[in-house]
Amino acid sequence: MDPLWVTLIKAFVLCLVLLGAFAYMTLIERRILGRMQHRHGPNRTGPFGLLQPIADAIKSVFKEDIIVTNADKVVYVMAPMISIIFALSAFGAIPGGPAGSLFGFNPWVVDLDIGVLYVLAVTSVGVYGIFLGGWASNSKYALLGSLRSSAQIISYELGLGLSVLSVIMIAGTLNLREIVEVGVWTVSPWLWPPLAVAFVAFVISAIAEVNRTPFDLPEAEQEIVAGYLTEYSGIKWALYQMSEYVNMMTAAAFISTLFLGGYRGPYVLERLIPGSSEWPIIWLVLKMAIFMFLFIWLRATLPRFRYDQLMRFGWLYLFEVALAATLLTGAVIAFVL
Amino acid sequence: MTERPAGYHALTVDEERRGDFDTRFMRINVGPQHPSTHGVLRLVVDLDGERIVRISPQIGYLHTGFEKTMEHRTYQQVITYTNRMDYVHSFAHDLAYVLSAEKLMEARVPERAQRVRVILTELNRIASHLVFLGTGILDMGALTLFFYTMREREQLLDIFESVTGVRMNFGYFRVGGLYRDVPESFEHDVRAFLAGFPKMLDQYATMFMKNDIFVNRTKGVGVIPRERALEYGLTGPSLRASGVPLDFRKAEPYSGYEEYAFEVPTSEEGDAFARFEMRFREMTQCLRIVEQALDRLEPGPVQDPDRRISLPPRSELETSMEAVIFHFKLVTEGFHPPRGVSYVATESARGELGYYLVSDGGSMPYRVKVRVPSLINLQSLELACVGGLFADMVVNIATLDPVMGDVDK
Repeated sequence: MDPLWVTLIKAFVLCLVLLGAFAYMTLIERRILGRMQHRHGPNRTGPFGLLQPIADAIKSVFKEDIIVTNADKVVYVMAPMISIIFALSAFGAIPGGPAGSLFGFNPWVVDLDIGVLYVLAVTSVGVYGIFLGGWASNSKYALLGSLRSSAQIISYELGLGLSVLSVIMIAGTLNLREIVEVGVWTVSPWLWPPLAVAFVAFVISAIAEVNRTPFDLPEAEQEIVAGYLTEYSGIKWALYQMSEYVNMMTAAAFISTLFLGGYRGPYVLERLIPGSSEWPIIWLVLKMAIFMFLFIWLRATLPRFRYDQLMRFGWLYLFEVALAATLLTGAVIAFVL
Repeated sequence: MTERPAGYHALTVDEERRGDFDTRFMRINVGPQHPSTHGVLRLVVDLDGERIVRISPQIGYLHTGFEKTMEHRTYQQVITYTNRMDYVHSFAHDLAYVLSAEKLMEARVPERAQRVRVILTELNRIASHLVFLGTGILDMGALTLFFYTMREREQLLDIFESVTGVRMNFGYFRVGGLYRDVPESFEHDVRAFLAGFPKMLDQYATMFMKNDIFVNRTKGVGVIPRERALEYGLTGPSLRASGVPLDFRKAEPYSGYEEYAFEVPTSEEGDAFARFEMRFREMTQCLRIVEQALDRLEPGPVQDPDRRISLPPRSELETSMEAVIFHFKLVTEGFHPPRGVSYVATESARGELGYYLVSDGGSMPYRVKVRVPSLINLQSLELACVGGLFADMVVNIATLDPVMGDVDK
């Protein structure tokens, strides 16, 4: 255990890093989307548009902060804060490298024995931010958006939770660092099929969990204007955007940690450069980048699901597939290993 | 499909003020400023959860009084207004108007002018369907196809610009022919487009027709049965999607459409997917027509030589007193069609389009009535939407493809 002051400093640094990453993720996303859509994207503000996030930040902060007349003011102001607080706290449990690898410090904020549960729980509390925001805005579009969001997150939590079960059963622990150390893919080739299925189910659920295309119904622009965001502007709107991107990053880090060996480097590289898989942070960031790119790619490619189709997909397909993966993992562990 | 639940009735203002109303339904105002109402369409929608119980379009936000203004403009000046109604398929409006006016005047339009009109109208139809495809799929949340269709449309707009001088609101057709001949690069540009475009169509097809989410969003959504479509006066690709092969280019050929071989795609389903598919398949037919018209495009005059309609050539003004008189009469007051009425039904990208002109023998039309497809097609929105989900409404608006300028006039 680190002393308290070290933990506090690490938490502070992590928040800053996440918010900085958010700012530049927006730029990266817009540039990649631009590339995919036969246009440039923001490239005027500074070299390659590198100052664009700063300009956006200044704009959001100084924009008139509108509070809707009939809104429930306390909840209206609190809702974006709830969103961002829980989005930021979730990341703290994710380990960035082996113990003591970051200049003698541990590259994580907390090392929880129930890390998996913690991340799942905290990310799903984040939906309160969306729900309360939509409710407090006293606008019909916002209400529809927040209702959709709640329904969606309830349906996808199941697939998400069930597909994690396979990993937990194989690793035999809920501690994220220990899951990485076990290396779920190295246990037995018999476990590869259920793990692969669980991986796919988890990635899909995670996209739904962070409200990205094709599951971005709560803010479906073409139907309900901007969903729960409709009445928000200025910094409060920016807080929601922040929490969406931080949630994306948490989801990417969580997927990498559970299924792709988290902070561990690739096996091949370890043979060439011994000790390379012990490097902190870098491998996790690279793996996260793959998923962040996937999220953006999907956004450029796919249309949006309809509300009922999304529910059906969640309950009838994802739930069953995740359940099957769990049962298969259980069967392999019980009868083969 | 249009059945309303028992006990439902529209609220009066008093009921709403007293709070004495059924809380089962939520009334929501969509538009006139809304991301997917394709302009300034306003819809008052009653929702039961996310299911639509009642939908009532409120139109008129773009009403410009075009018909009335036209009564105070000479027949050639009217063309300034026609293309501003349906700004997406402008040439169709110009064509419909000049055909009707030419019928009044009994003008004989030279063959070259006819062919150029057909080529431009068909290319514009493709441009219009490209806007439809791009925005239609944008309404389902897929961003990228929109940019692709706009890229191809740009190529068409460049052609229109080289011909007419502008990219929108062309005003290039004249009663009796064309404003001027097409530039030399015209044939080359159009051929380049014809060569490249089919490949793009294949690309679009892989991006949406074969996309499971897209198919699920549109198959069986907003079904308009054949009989109801006819009752509601639906025309154009939306009607053909319901299984009625009515296309005025085939049914009552004008501008020499009878000379070109092309098919009228139809479908039996009548759902949103079929409406998408019709326009998609129609683009291939447009290409065929353009190609044939271009092959038969011979050099020649582009204006009716009749001095009652067309200005005399510049060279004659210096030698002929007659020519100066005709020129003076045409420029100062325009021509005078005989008393009578005329109507020519044409096929725009949206459906039946025609100008009903009444002439009292003066130099300006006594009355102009435009049969615009968008306005009449929009009535079917209720058929398609009621009983469906809120998200489907957006798809239905997109597939009925109204242009608000065309609705409100």
